[in-house]
Amino acid sequence: MAAPFTAEQQRRFDEEMEKILARFPEDRKRAAVLPALHLVQDMLGWIPEEAMVEVARKCETTPEQVREVATFYVMYFLEPKGKHVIDVCTNISCSLRGAEKLLAHLQEKLGVELGETTADGLFTLREFECMGACGNAPVLQVDSRFHMDMTLEKADRLIESLRAQAAEKK
Amino acid sequence: MAHRILTQNWFKPGYNTIEGYKKEGGFSSLRRVLAMKPDEVIEAVKVSNLRGRGGAGFPTGLKWSFVPKDSPKPKYLCVNADESEPGTYKDRVLMEQDPFSLMEGIAIASWALGVHTAYIYIRGEFLEQAEILQKAIADCYAEGIFGKSILDSGHRLDVYVHRGAGAYICGEETGLLNSLEGGKGWPRLKPPFPAVSGLFGCPTVVNNVETIATLPTIFRIGPKEYASLGAEKSGGTRLVCVSGHVNKPGVYEIPMNLTFWDLIHDEKWCGGIPGGRKVKAVIPGGSSAPVLTAEELHVAAEYEALKVKDNMAGSGAVIVMDETTCMVRAAWRISKFYAEESCGQCTPCREGTPWMERILRKIEEGHGEPKDLELLVSVARAIAPYPPIGLGTTICALGDAAAVPVQAFVMKFRHEFEQHIREHRCPFPHPFGQLAEEVVRQ
Ligand SMILES: Cc1cc2nc3c(=O)[nH]c(=O)nc-3n(C[C@H](O)[C@H](O)[C@H](O)COP(=O)(O)O)c2cc1C
Ligand code: FES
Repeated sequence: MAAPFTAEQQRRFDEEMEKILARFPEDRKRAAVLPALHLVQDMLGWIPEEAMVEVARKCETTPEQVREVATFYVMYFLEPKGKHVIDVCTNISCSLRGAEKLLAHLQEKLGVELGETTADGLFTLREFECMGACGNAPVLQVDSRFHMDMTLEKADRLIESLRAQAAEKK
Repeated sequence: MAHRILTQNWFKPGYNTIEGYKKEGGFSSLRRVLAMKPDEVIEAVKVSNLRGRGGAGFPTGLKWSFVPKDSPKPKYLCVNADESEPGTYKDRVLMEQDPFSLMEGIAIASWALGVHTAYIYIRGEFLEQAEILQKAIADCYAEGIFGKSILDSGHRLDVYVHRGAGAYICGEETGLLNSLEGGKGWPRLKPPFPAVSGLFGCPTVVNNVETIATLPTIFRIGPKEYASLGAEKSGGTRLVCVSGHVNKPGVYEIPMNLTFWDLIHDEKWCGGIPGGRKVKAVIPGGSSAPVLTAEELHVAAEYEALKVKDNMAGSGAVIVMDETTCMVRAAWRISKFYAEESCGQCTPCREGTPWMERILRKIEEGHGEPKDLELLVSVARAIAPYPPIGLGTTICALGDAAAVPVQAFVMKFRHEFEQHIREHRCPFPHPFGQLAEEVVRQ
């Protein structure tokens, strides 16, 4: 199996894992599985099979157990995703303030089905459950950061600014 | 505004920094507590009549007293910052506005319980909030509030943030513990209760963010005074977070005797319904709570007052729906959530939640048949017959949370379900209400 990390990534992974493991009792290293998976996703953008093996080794558990965890939680991506993940809440409080319209608008603007990534690889669009920001409905998150009191116009501006950012980096 | 004892400094510039917090007298309660014996602290929390703010409303002092004193094992505190019950966002705002009350509360609880390691389990989506906590923890270490000897008391305390990764079930306390141990968030059978055997098999107290963050207030004004501000069996004030069809959604600190009607309509609070429309239905305590009709809103938003009405104060999430809202659509949307979030461990919940969702969608889409309504209720009853709340057949209360609201919607708005079935369509032009059309176009 190929190594999941470059040498530099491996160094960061080892360093951060040491800090994470220090939070738990010596004989309870498995408790570090969730933070370890967050770390991997932070570095690689998603969680490949080989990285799960690495996580299992560090956390003194089996790759099967790590895979079971990785598939249980919706925030872990088991395949490559877009550069930005847009999660739109459509739970009750957001829907009472127009979330369905917002989601349909974004779907049309980005030209993707739910769960899909745009052809340019920039955006993955998902429908999401309540995010704990219902007083500022409708809300969405871009890469786990909140955008509240959304309107269709604000959504347009958000997409444009992310596109502009990406173009600049190129 | 009524008497505020918890939120009076929120939104003041700088209050959410450690310097700002100290300027308002922060950590004086911790000093007071460190001069008391741990048992006296637990006794004081009992006297305060503080009830858990996570959903079940369990008396906090009583929960703490279940932790065995003579156990040779380490004891743990887990702060539940999973906040995933639809409609609920008070803990997020609290962590943003007042992170140091939470920190001080953690130190107070740890002294009382003999805890040397505390974990804050925060839902993964709260990335910025996790960063806020991380910074607050670092500040507390730097000031000697946490660390080898908290405020030179000789008591060691380490505090860590632990991020979840997107699963409602991890808010359930034993699901949380399994998740924190690095597994799937499958709830555990109780007993044993976490107080006896929780994290890593050790005595563990799991408390909600607001519960813990209220402790400094209790020891500032005194437990007797705190109790006297509340109702007979629920001390103090509480936070509610209002969403949906109101003019001023937000987190409010309310007295225990405030009714839902006043909370929604009074200018001091939510200021009524947009467009001068009338309220039709209110979910009083998170999406798991049975819906209230407009006629039922003159009940106090307090644990016991709601309990005698076969309802619950729950997570403090008040979801308001005006007269233009379709109750079938609302019930369906809530049902969809539970179908997604059932952890799959118990058969009635795993099989029943998607089944209820399908029947509700069928009715909402105009394909419902008269027998569907009975079927819907019978599936719900197999998970948890209602009323009263609490007869669930599953390991944890997610089953109840899914089944109870469905039965309440059908019981209280049966005519709307029947109309959908009779007319083979949803009779509402905008099922989520007129406002849903207006807000996003502003
Ligand atoms: C399905 C389910 C989800 C829950 N989610 C949360 C949550 O997000 N936050 C929370 O504090 N309590 C939640 N609870 C309640 C916890 O199990 C537990 O009662 C609470 O954290 C105890 O703290 P308290 O005594 O301070 O209220 C949930 C319960 C269930 C059954
Ligand atoms: S319902 Fe959308 S954030 Fe809660």
